[in-house]
Amino acid sequence: MRQQKIIVVGNGMVGHKFIDNLIQHPDYAQYQILTFSEEPRLAYDRVKLSSYFSGSTVDDLMLTSSDYYDEHGVQFIVNDKVTDIDKAAKQITTASGRVESYDKLVLATGSFPFVPPIPGKDSPHCLVYRTIEDLEAITASAAESKVGVVVGGGLLGLECANALHELKLEAHVVEFAPRLMAVQLDEGGGNVLSRKIQALGVSVHCEKNTKEIVAGETLRYRMNFADGSHLETDMIVFSAGIRPQDELARQFDLTIGERGGIVIDDNCLTSDPNIYAVGECALWQNRIFGLVAPGYTMAKAAVSHLTGGDVLFQGADMSTKLKLLGVDVASIGDAHAQSPGALTYTYMNDVEGIYKRIVVNPEKTQLLGAVLIGDTEAYGNLLTMTLESMPLPEQPEILILPALDGAPSAALGVNALPDTAQICSCHDVTKGDLVCAIQDGATDLGSLKSCSKAGTGCGGCTAMVGQVLNAELEKMGVEVNDHLCSHFAYSRQELYDIIRSKQIKTFDALLAEYGEGSGCMVCKPAIGSILATHWNEYVLSDDHIQLQDTNDIFLANMQRDGTYSVVPRIAAGEITPKQLIALGQIGEKYDLYTKITGGQRIDFFGAQLHELPPIWDELIAAGFETGHAYGKSLRTVKSCVGSTWCRFGMMDSVTMAVNLEMRYKGLRSPHKLKMGVSGCTRECAEAQGKDIGIIATDKGWNLYVCGNGGMKPRHADLFASDLDDATLIQYIDRILMFYCRTADRLQRTSVWMDNMEGGLDYLKSVIIDDKLAIGSDLEQDMARVVDTYECEWKKTLNSPERLKRFAHFINSPATDDSLVYEADRGQNKARIATPVTEDIIETVTVD
Amino acid sequence: MQPLNWTTVCDLDDIAPNTGVCALFEEQQVAIFRIGKTEQLYAIDNVDPFGKASVLSRGLIGDCDGDIVVASPLYKQQFKLKNGQCIEDESVKLKTFAIRAHGGQIQLGLPH
Ligand code: SRM
Ligand SMILES: Cc1cc2nc3c(=O)[nH]c(=O)nc-3n(C[C@H](O)[C@H](O)[C@H](O)COP(=O)(O)OP(=O)(O)OC[C@H]3O[C@@H](n4cnc5c(N)ncnc54)[C@H](O)[C@@H]3O)c2cc1C
Ligand code: SF4
Ligand code: FES
Repeated sequence: MRQQKIIVVGNGMVGHKFIDNLIQHPDYAQYQILTFSEEPRLAYDRVKLSSYFSGSTVDDLMLTSSDYYDEHGVQFIVNDKVTDIDKAAKQITTASGRVESYDKLVLATGSFPFVPPIPGKDSPHCLVYRTIEDLEAITASAAESKVGVVVGGGLLGLECANALHELKLEAHVVEFAPRLMAVQLDEGGGNVLSRKIQALGVSVHCEKNTKEIVAGETLRYRMNFADGSHLETDMIVFSAGIRPQDELARQFDLTIGERGGIVIDDNCLTSDPNIYAVGECALWQNRIFGLVAPGYTMAKAAVSHLTGGDVLFQGADMSTKLKLLGVDVASIGDAHAQSPGALTYTYMNDVEGIYKRIVVNPEKTQLLGAVLIGDTEAYGNLLTMTLESMPLPEQPEILILPALDGAPSAALGVNALPDTAQICSCHDVTKGDLVCAIQDGATDLGSLKSCSKAGTGCGGCTAMVGQVLNAELEKMGVEVNDHLCSHFAYSRQELYDIIRSKQIKTFDALLAEYGEGSGCMVCKPAIGSILATHWNEYVLSDDHIQLQDTNDIFLANMQRDGTYSVVPRIAAGEITPKQLIALGQIGEKYDLYTKITGGQRIDFFGAQLHELPPIWDELIAAGFETGHAYGKSLRTVKSCVGSTWCRFGMMDSVTMAVNLEMRYKGLRSPHKLKMGVSGCTRECAEAQGKDIGIIATDKGWNLYVCGNGGMKPRHADLFASDLDDATLIQYIDRILMFYCRTADRLQRTSVWMDNMEGGLDYLKSVIIDDKLAIGSDLEQDMARVVDTYECEWKKTLNSPERLKRFAHFINSPATDDSLVYEADRGQNKARIATPVTEDIIETVTVD
Repeated sequence: MQPLNWTTVCDLDDIAPNTGVCALFEEQQVAIFRIGKTEQLYAIDNVDPFGKASVLSRGLIGDCDGDIVVASPLYKQQFKLKNGQCIEDESVKLKTFAIRAHGGQIQLGLPH
């Protein structure tokens, strides 16, 4: 069969996406692609263009490469502009005189910056902001300038002003409209934004209509405004909007919108059935979409139409959330309250520079739009409510009011994430992609992963993919059960309650009465963890050993080559020189790769199974105990040096951290737990990124909860202020035990909180007000764990029968002969096995 | 069927119920599993074909639709103990070995 020839005019973000989608299509062999770029390079990430000022290189920004195109047989020509289309002959001509014929033509010509017709606009140092070459020109001009003006106070203009500010220019923004970001923000929001930006050192001049640019008196130019005022500057960047690059289409008689833009239908076809248009040059239902995501959706629709599929382009949501000059700004849906009868609620806080407004329908049943400045935490929530037409709470204002005591806040979990949120970073899969795949029938985790590719790289996002799946199934009305697995028809929380109330002590007993079959890799570790939290028995005992996963079963972390790492506890990161020497000697003796971890302690890598007991023998002799790096349990309590040394320390953060680490060490929990204690608000221990974070004040301790680094960082919430030591410990006891009882398996406190009905306020009511009257119960449970602590390694070294297992072979003193080491920077490193690219299976431990 | 030549590798009691050990047999690494407190035993290749490390004896045992499986401790692929078949990838099947309990000992077998 003859291949169809596709010519793509413009290799920008969307043109490239079109090509890439076609390459990925199963029928790609039937097509031959040729693309032209007017720019001197292939597609790059224009969205991240500004990062070029802060150190990104052209290579960092590239979205594709000539190698990639070569490999897939895509022909490309850069630096050559398409200047002529002959629709009848199906041919194009380029500036350099090339003539090529096509079967289908794709116009992806993007847009160009609009420069208002101001006399003097073409002078040197009057620039625009769209391409890498533009940025190079701005940098060059900035080097010879002191003051820079951006004409246009929209999104791009402010981004550009930020760039000038970072280039150390005195930066000004001149805006024609009465406020900044007039497209996205209402008046109140624009004003708050403008005040905040001025406070950062960028001057804002609204309602200024530039009449002319003439030679300046003190600086290079003077801008004269219609109101008689003027502003002197050395350089000017125009960022007064974009215009669709529809020049070709105009000349060659394709239908064009009244105010520009190549008219397309839902298939992205133009008025000529052999010509598609996608991206910013395209006009759909009289709208231009100046963002990249809708362009990508168009590319998908166009490829689908070309290959006989049925994906349509049906518009896109233009809500945005971003940080401009460090200020959080968000706009959702009908931000201007233009819908008939729309009503608004506004919250304005001049003190903290916060402005929030929501727009609702006349019946007050649906959210239509919102504007948020200074605090955009509610963005995800509000966006979902708008897009999904979710019912409004009875008093809609609680959506924007700061949480006051007793006010419930909605728990939406993954529902709070917008469709554009990236779930899988290995394969760039967004929540929206997953939702589409689920709606198309991928309703179990396995098929969702194989069709979307999410979770098939490093595997780290699998839990989140599962959450999106469940949330979506629920929305589709499918009953999603919360059973632990096929062996137990109960949720984790129910099983916890059963174990507690029926006093069940072993997995076998629980299975016999409440389960079926013999268990699996999901329920065994989960129940092992509950039993350990509640009874705190030795995890390697005959009853429990079969439940322990990869790491717990040998009390060490398995590495890629089957060897282990060893992490002794170094509470609060405090260590004596003598202990350091001991560690050095042990590491040297066993030839272990040694590294300082991200958790303020020392990790030895590459220990073989039979070496673990002698290593621990020596560690324990030197005064160390297990660090539980292998367990779903307390890891480290990070500390800063605090008032013992630091001139700013308000309290002794190290002692508090040591005490907390000693108290909670050995507590098995649904997932691992990390804590931090900082001596003052400078927060050198990063406590607000921890499950439990504590910051000293001049009156006591501030307690923060449910922070997380890791995959989806979450800033911890302030739970209570200025606590004394005893109250602090009491609250932490209760919070941790409540988490152990109610969280799902492998759910960090951050996700637990995000899914908690009633959120932070509910947690406060349970812990502080003891609303469920379980406070003392929780404290007693914790006391039992604290009282029964035992170092697992010490115990193991005293059980000869357990030690037998610490040998590679049960019947030979030989060791694993497949281990080979290479040295790197003076230490061993693990042999690289062929990388695993296959599915990494769901779940359990990556501890 | 040919009679087998049995070699003792360890005592039954050396394996905690529902766990595994690794034995060196005919210069190969063999993963041996004991199910419950019984004499039900299985032996398969110890090398994880995905992670390419000798670790399967250290995996978690469970049942998957009625088949007894071990999950690799590295990346969690599951293998049926009775025939070495990988659940996640049909094309992967591990070698299995003849095994029996005999007078409190565990023996691996080879054809004469
Ligand atoms: C050793 C260390 C990296 C280092 O060289 O510094 C490390 C190593 C591992 N991390 Fe980590 N993490 C280490 C600090 C961190 C930190 C930083 C911190 O604690 O301040 C984080 C982010 C903070 C946080 O957890 O909120 C971190 C977030 C993760 C995550 C993501 C958790 C999440 O909620 O998103 C995983 C995966 C998981 O737990 O499911 C993980 C999992 C792992 C595992 C266990 C993966 C695995 O199963 O093999 C790694 C093996 C550890 C080992 O010893 O073999 N590690 N890991 C650090 C050990 C700290 C310690 O002393 O115990
Ligand atoms: C500084 C900046 C920041 C931005 N930030 C964001 C953001 O945060 N979020 C967001 O969603 N969007 C953002 N955008 C917008 C986003 O970059 C665009 O939506 C996206 O690039 C549009 O892709 P496109 O392929 O339609 O056009 P482009 O990427 O502009 O590509 C069009 C290409 O076609 C070429 N071309 C034009 N005519 C011809 C011809 N006749 N022959 C050959 N080649 C031709 C052009 O030279 C260009 O290379 C930003 C844009 C800028 C400039
Ligand atoms: S957080 Fe404060 S007390 Fe602690 S080290 Fe930093 S500056 Fe010092
Ligand atoms: S982030 Fe999804 S597989 Fe790595």
